[in-house]
Amino acid sequence: MLIRFFLMLREAGLPVGLTEFLALQEALKAGLADYSVDEFYALGRTILVKDERHYDRYDRVFAAHFQGLQDAFEALFGKEIPAEWLRRQAELSLSEEERKKIESLGGFEALMQALKERLEEQKGRHQGGNRMIGTAGRSPFGAHGYNPEGVRIGQEGSRHRRAVKVWDRREFRNLDDTAELGTRNVKLALRRLRKFAREGAADQLDLDGTIDATARNGGMLDLKLQPERHNAVKVLLFLDVGGSMDDHVKVCQELFAAARTEFKHLEYYYFHNFVYETVWKDNRRRHAERIPTTQVMRTYGPDYRLVFVGDATMGPYEIIQPGGSVEHWNEEAGSVWMQRLRQAYPKNVWLNPEPEDRWPWVPSVKLTRELLEDRMYPLTLEGIDRAMRALNAK
Amino acid sequence: MTTRFTGTDRYVATDDLKTAVNAAVTLARPLLIKGEPGTGKTQLAQEIARSLERPLYEWHVKSTTKAQQGLYEYDAVSRLRDSQLGDARVHDIRNYIVKGRLWEAFESEVQPVLLIDEIDKADIEFPNDLLRELDRMEFYVYETRELVQARHRPIIVITSNNEKELPDAFLRRCFFHYIRFPDEETMRRIVEVHFPRLKQELLKEALESFYKIREMPGLKKKPSTSELLDWLKLLLAEDVPPEALRAADGKSAIPPLYGALLKNEQDVHLFEQLVFLNRRANR
Repeated sequence: MLIRFFLMLREAGLPVGLTEFLALQEALKAGLADYSVDEFYALGRTILVKDERHYDRYDRVFAAHFQGLQDAFEALFGKEIPAEWLRRQAELSLSEEERKKIESLGGFEALMQALKERLEEQKGRHQGGNRMIGTAGRSPFGAHGYNPEGVRIGQEGSRHRRAVKVWDRREFRNLDDTAELGTRNVKLALRRLRKFAREGAADQLDLDGTIDATARNGGMLDLKLQPERHNAVKVLLFLDVGGSMDDHVKVCQELFAAARTEFKHLEYYYFHNFVYETVWKDNRRRHAERIPTTQVMRTYGPDYRLVFVGDATMGPYEIIQPGGSVEHWNEEAGSVWMQRLRQAYPKNVWLNPEPEDRWPWVPSVKLTRELLEDRMYPLTLEGIDRAMRALNAK
Repeated sequence: MTTRFTGTDRYVATDDLKTAVNAAVTLARPLLIKGEPGTGKTQLAQEIARSLERPLYEWHVKSTTKAQQGLYEYDAVSRLRDSQLGDARVHDIRNYIVKGRLWEAFESEVQPVLLIDEIDKADIEFPNDLLRELDRMEFYVYETRELVQARHRPIIVITSNNEKELPDAFLRRCFFHYIRFPDEETMRRIVEVHFPRLKQELLKEALESFYKIREMPGLKKKPSTSELLDWLKLLLAEDVPPEALRAADGKSAIPPLYGALLKNEQDVHLFEQLVFLNRRANR
């Protein structure tokens, strides 16, 4: 039965491996689940799921699986368990000692197996007592009763707050994002863009220098130190926001998050559709706090690498006409500003989140590519890789 | 010596957290803990050590930490210098091997608890460099050609703040638990553990404004458990009466000492604006 559960998890796209499955078996053998479904649920989650974004999928599969069991019974007996068995009829209150006395029947599988057998052997309605399915008894099956590891069948709320379905609440729904976050992969791609330099305090042994100096010193040790190597690449990021870029927010966020941790010197500015005389840093106050593009060019030296991120999808006049901007009156055409920026930063690329095969069909993309001398790359792992190589080329 | 973790007198553990910890302890697998900042991830290791009466080894990871530093470091520079000065210690290379936290934990007489704190701060390859060590609980010291094996597999607790994704091969070897932000009931228990003599009224009011602030849209950093505890400490120190937390219309008051809850100026600004708008709307 657990094998089916395991396969269902894999079908649902959870990255569960054999190692985890065997670990779960080991844990069950060690008696960790304590023969309660609640604990089995928590234990399974601890062992099988490695990311909180997958919690919700686990919950759903768990529910589906145990719902599936119920469906299987229905198929077996051709009808539902008569609801009247389960209707609230009597209260059963037990003292602490009595509760302790109720022993486990052994394992969840055994419980399910027993339920199956019990259903087969039980023909009529049942209430009270220790064995049959029904209400208010001490049997592990049925509702309104007390058995610490019971399977609840048809009861609205949890009465002893021990019963089964925590997973139905699906509390981790918000954390699930079926589109895998690929920050790690993006970071690995960004790693192409590395230029190691030694700056700062000298705190590492320079082995070659030490040997050399010691030899010159006639064998007496002369230690030489040097600063640690680190990535000295400087990146200036221009991000297109709003309008048609809304479809690509997620992938841009990933790129941005990855770039932020990968590059120590990262400056970013936003623009809308195309670059003109001003850009901004805070999208909430984009109209109040605009920064002249010339100021950006003055502030950051030509050793910065310029990366545009945008879909370059707009009316062609927004690029080539003065006053073509959709948002304001621009004295000079966007293409002029683009040329200025490219002059200020000789190393530049444009990353486009639109798929590459669509580019030839959009005139503005074609224009932008011409302006950039074809240094436009798709915003995919492979595209970022190519772009970083282009930025690194001498 | 007990082997089951059930929370302690100063740490409230939910049921699923207990299950996760006990699974990791019984099967001797590393336990990876994630969760919002301030939900007690680091404290968990300390409390496990305390309740199971085990020694605790803490390895705090920084952006410059290398995996090797947790095992050992060979101090070649001081050996070189000693050789120049004719120190007798120089003949034994062991004198220059500095043990890391992992080695220390491996040598412990009883099963220890090892905390690897904020693993996501280190370089992206860091977890990959620890795969064999965590799996087999052994490593090789090249300088002395000896194999260091753990006497007892340590209970390893690893915390992460999700700043970097961890590699799959590493995740495979860990158990995982995400500490959820506590609901009001759990929060009440947590507060009671920390401030046993807190007035019920004050607690009720404080929790109410706390959750209200957390629900505010657009906050950059939502206040978490540790911030709530700090804030309550301040409220107690200043002897703020419960009425001060309650405004006439319930919404328009800025709670006193909110600086303990909101940690950056944009949030404070946003908060003040919202309160201001609310006041105007209520007038």
